[in-house]
Amino acid sequence: MQGSAVDSQQPIALESTSHGAEEHHPDLRLFGIFMFLVAEAMIFLGLFAAYLTFRSVAPTWPPVGTPKLELLLPGINTLILISSSFVIHKGDDAIRENDVKGMRLWFGITALMGAVFLVGQLYEYFHLEFGLTTNLFASTFYVLTGFHGLHVCFGLFLILAVLWRSRREGHYSNTQKFGIEAAELYWHFVDVIWIVLFGLLYLL
Amino acid sequence: MASADLTHPNAIEPDEPQPWQRFFSFSVDHKVIGIQYLVTSFFFFLIGGALATAVRVELATPEVDFVSRELYNQLFTIHATVMIFLWIVPAGAGFGNYLIPLLIGAKDMAFPKLNAIAFWMIPPAGLLLISSFFVPNGAAASGWTSYPPLSLVNGQWGELIWILSVLLLGTSSILGGINFVTTILKMRIPGMTINDMPLFCWAMLAASILILLSTPVLAGALVLLCFDLMAGTTFFNPTGGGDPIVYQHMFWFYSHPAVYIMILPLFGAISEILPVHSRKPIFGYKAIAYSSIAISLLGLVVWAHHMFTSGTPAWLRMFFMIATMIIAVPTGIKVFGWLATIWGGKLRLNSAMLFAMGFVSMFVVGGLSGVMIASVPFDIHVHDTYFIVAHLHYVLFGGSVFGLYAALYHWFPKMIGRMLNEPWGKVHFVLTFVGFNLCFLPMHYLGLMGMPRRVAEYDPQFATINNLCSIGSYILAFSTIPFLINAVYSWVAGAKAPANPWNALTLEWTVASPPPEHNFVGQPVLKTGPYDYGVAKQGAVRKPISQLKASDILSGSTR
Repeated sequence: MQGSAVDSQQPIALESTSHGAEEHHPDLRLFGIFMFLVAEAMIFLGLFAAYLTFRSVAPTWPPVGTPKLELLLPGINTLILISSSFVIHKGDDAIRENDVKGMRLWFGITALMGAVFLVGQLYEYFHLEFGLTTNLFASTFYVLTGFHGLHVCFGLFLILAVLWRSRREGHYSNTQKFGIEAAELYWHFVDVIWIVLFGLLYLL
Repeated sequence: MASADLTHPNAIEPDEPQPWQRFFSFSVDHKVIGIQYLVTSFFFFLIGGALATAVRVELATPEVDFVSRELYNQLFTIHATVMIFLWIVPAGAGFGNYLIPLLIGAKDMAFPKLNAIAFWMIPPAGLLLISSFFVPNGAAASGWTSYPPLSLVNGQWGELIWILSVLLLGTSSILGGINFVTTILKMRIPGMTINDMPLFCWAMLAASILILLSTPVLAGALVLLCFDLMAGTTFFNPTGGGDPIVYQHMFWFYSHPAVYIMILPLFGAISEILPVHSRKPIFGYKAIAYSSIAISLLGLVVWAHHMFTSGTPAWLRMFFMIATMIIAVPTGIKVFGWLATIWGGKLRLNSAMLFAMGFVSMFVVGGLSGVMIASVPFDIHVHDTYFIVAHLHYVLFGGSVFGLYAALYHWFPKMIGRMLNEPWGKVHFVLTFVGFNLCFLPMHYLGLMGMPRRVAEYDPQFATINNLCSIGSYILAFSTIPFLINAVYSWVAGAKAPANPWNALTLEWTVASPPPEHNFVGQPVLKTGPYDYGVAKQGAVRKPISQLKASDILSGSTR
């Protein structure tokens, strides 16, 4: 009965073999990065949900006596970060045309903008009138922006790594650009998270 | 019989015996990593079992006599953490790693190096956790749920180590999940559509989706808890305006899906094992496949049924109660699918099949008590009693661990290249089955009578039954000995396993046991579907499994 007709039936799949030759599967690294970012987004979503719950449960929010947040500097910072997403995309456009020099230029500008964002963030930290443990709002503020800031640092590190590697002739081209795309994808992610974060902490 | 497999070009013998040292190296071969996962997690199973035995020795009498109350709290906390994060979750990942590439005809996982990194996070995390018994004030003692504010006032260092260890294990799990999703979705051999792939792949896909969506939220909660513990913030501390309920929500947003992360891979393994040893096609391929996905999506929206007594508003309890009960539907679909699969089959009652059938029956008991405690009024009565302990052990031990044993007996010949001893396997099954039921069945009664969990001393009226439970747990502890001896002896000197000892049809059985380094020479050929047992006679045209009618499979006429 069992399995005896293995050879005599219609195959449900193809009948082709390529003996010996090593098979090469398509490059899945970008897909993997995307899955990783799904997981990353869930950390942020969890923290956002926690923030919104704290907010809705508290009798007054922010708690009485919390100094008002200045909007000007974070606003400028937000504009810088959002526009950096367009700048880094120009770098992607450049590498599609095999223009490594152009890519380096746009990535360099993005790195600069990211650094400005981080410096602005630190400047804000040093001039805020509350510390990590002042009250619940202050704690969530620092943990959320700090956790995001770590991601900006890592994104910056990725961009600098691309710049470092692209010194070598032919390391990147219009067919070999995983590192560039990964850094860009990560940077967009960091940017989108910031937009939500800014809305939650400063505007809502 | 499956003689076709022996003449198959892939059924080559490995060139030379592979050295054992590779199991201690940073190997990127998914088969080595799979075995690393399984051996490591079984080692932690033994540690977790020793902790559980210590707990049961304490509970054999109503008084506090064997360990102090403080140490008792540490014992059950670390027992649960080890069993969940270091045994069942990584063991499921171990089978996933070993089997997925073989089942879908790939040469390795999508990201072999990431795979090795994910594994090598586990031993340090586990040793870190165990070492916390030796820090001042001892290990974490607030239960594996680690609810604040309790977890903030117990020993600080033990709790910190607990958080770090779980964060490390969660990261490892996420990296593994990325690998599984990518491999299953993107690396099947051409011609194997998603509806042709073995059910184990569906189950791992569903579990990995849950890992990716829920584990990060636990990480977020633990980071906040760590801030509360070490930096003086008050996220979860009501004295500073924080809200401990938020922790519970975040914790259970992971930890309820975690039970599906722990059971889904075994659902998949059982769906492979039952057809092979029943010599019949799986009943309801699509129903079992899609119900895995349904369980994983529904599993994301039921978490607050763990919090019916946490002041959850009535309308929310209503929602979570109904959502929880709905999960019984896809789960029931699977159980009936398995029963219909073995119905009228030519059963081969070997150790793998016995454990698989034990899995189905014990899991049903756990599932039924699960529906009971999904109901709010009943849950409020038995919350935090031994009824819950009974329920969770029926799904996690009667379910996951029986499933893991079934999978170990089934795939050991493939992994090691040697057969396990059958009579000793049966002894192991009988001891496990008797010990398990003796240990956990009476706990239902204890819980209904109101005995609270997580307490070292209890009302003397429960003494006799607790004694019974403890005797059961000793049998259970003893039952691992025949398995260990069997596994070690067979690994070294067991009978050589042929490529396909069970006459199975999935791709891993078309290659030698153990498979050669890159699994397949060239691209493997799909000659049959994964479950075409007794399906097509000479010259008959076989229908694809997804087009078979239910009555065809039940009656065995599938032409």
